Amino acid sequence: MNEAQYDVIVVGGGPAGLAAALEAAKEGAGRVLILERNDELGGILNQCIHNGFGLHYFKEELTGPEYAARFIEKLADAGVEVLLGAMVLDISADKTVHAMSREKGYMLLRAKSVVLTMGCRERTRGAIAIPGDRPAGVFTAGAAQLYMNVEGYMVGKRVVILGSGDIGLIMARRMTLEGAKVLACVELMPYSNGLNRNIVQCLNDYDIPLYLSHTIVDIRGDKRVEQVVVAKVDEKRNPIPGTEITFDCDTVLLSVGLIPENELSRQAGVAIDRRTNGPIVFENMETSIPGVFASGNVVHVHDLVDFVTAESQRAGRAAARYARDGEPGGPCVLVENGNAVNYTVPQKIRTDNVDKLVEIFFRVNFVYTNMVIQISSGGEVLASFKREHMAPGEMEKVAFPKALFPRIRDGKITVSVVKEEDAQ
Amino acid sequence: MTELICIVCPKGCHLRVDEENGFAVTGNGCPRGAEYGHKELTNPTRVLTSTVRVEGGTLRRASVKTNGELPKGRLFDAMRVLDGVVLKAPVAIGDVVIGNLLGLGVDLVATKNVPAV
Repeated sequence: MNEAQYDVIVVGGGPAGLAAALEAAKEGAGRVLILERNDELGGILNQCIHNGFGLHYFKEELTGPEYAARFIEKLADAGVEVLLGAMVLDISADKTVHAMSREKGYMLLRAKSVVLTMGCRERTRGAIAIPGDRPAGVFTAGAAQLYMNVEGYMVGKRVVILGSGDIGLIMARRMTLEGAKVLACVELMPYSNGLNRNIVQCLNDYDIPLYLSHTIVDIRGDKRVEQVVVAKVDEKRNPIPGTEITFDCDTVLLSVGLIPENELSRQAGVAIDRRTNGPIVFENMETSIPGVFASGNVVHVHDLVDFVTAESQRAGRAAARYARDGEPGGPCVLVENGNAVNYTVPQKIRTDNVDKLVEIFFRVNFVYTNMVIQISSGGEVLASFKREHMAPGEMEKVAFPKALFPRIRDGKITVSVVKEEDAQ
Repeated sequence: MTELICIVCPKGCHLRVDEENGFAVTGNGCPRGAEYGHKELTNPTRVLTSTVRVEGGTLRRASVKTNGELPKGRLFDAMRVLDGVVLKAPVAIGDVVIGNLLGLGVDLVATKNVPAV
């Protein structure tokens, strides 16, 4: 049996893991290890060949592989160790990581702190229960992206896309450029969850119609998809009889949401937030288990990799500090969700552990214009932030200054979103 | 007056472009938005990203991009040129795959490191 001792072990070598590991090393952690189950680092960035990454972090527009390479190239100099083809099986509460790889066999790796950066998975046809036949030709958009961009296989010629998340939109353009006909992008909600720029440059540029408040009610086909039936839905999202449109197609792509991949976190006993499906985290991305941190899409699904990087750097820094100094103590403030707010990250703030300000990330539950974000406590509004436009597809971020912490009552703050005219 | 959504960055500003007033742009959050609004109505351009075949490498495809923007109407012409390209590993990020693509003054460059086997 292989046994080894590390300061920080990072589980997953995608954008979150890369940033966390580099930052942990920079913060002075001695031995830092990334465990990655794939044969190369970079995670989902490797199949995201489109550009638009890095505008915040690098102030330039990069493709996914280029963004990943910027971090991968720094690992050797930083002294970060990497194990590829390594599958983590279990993480115990004493931070022993059980892993195995073809080369090394079974490994027992002990760490002072662990960073969970496993990312997320796509929701599948089963998860949303689309009726109809079960022919070949139904893919999640990300799987189709892997087949096309990494393996080099064309997955279909006439395509209907369900869901208007960013991956679906990106794939609509990608398949069109490669010669497929994308007949429709169908969205259950009355608004798209994708970024506006992707609606413009992926659908509008290629005259691909977007059907809002529509869904797939039937998939037909014997061996391969032959037809898809789409219908309009009412306010309760039930299909309206008589509104059916039939498309002759051979492929259905599903871009219907991402779910943080937390099997290992749950197994380890990490407390999970039912709203994010990710670990409940403190201001420094520490989970309910002392010394176990989490960041990136495993915590909450991000729109932009730049924000994954920033969040993971915080996790990596905190993991290195924990390995050196142990647990930060002090009083803890709970962040509660008020009007129109679906979730917040972090969910808990240890006030003594905040330097100048704490950034609170959240999503709203619908599309709004001219709103005010309020942070309040004990009935008093402590901070307000105006927003012209808000949507569930766009993660919001506010900076809550430490100077206001003395005004927090009962150890609780509430983040809510109200109409401008209703704001106090 | 034309309303546009800016695609320069993920913020997606709602632009209004006044064609009768020298394509003056309002609603932009930064100067790049003004430039985009003007260009989008006069000569729309896009960066093209795709993949090409690789032989003798650890991967079968290398991702590529144009290192500048192409006229929107030439994207499919560019895709046809890419069809025939086969690279020999190793490939490094920034390698010029096709110089002066279609004579449009931009290069097609690799965006992925593919080591030789």
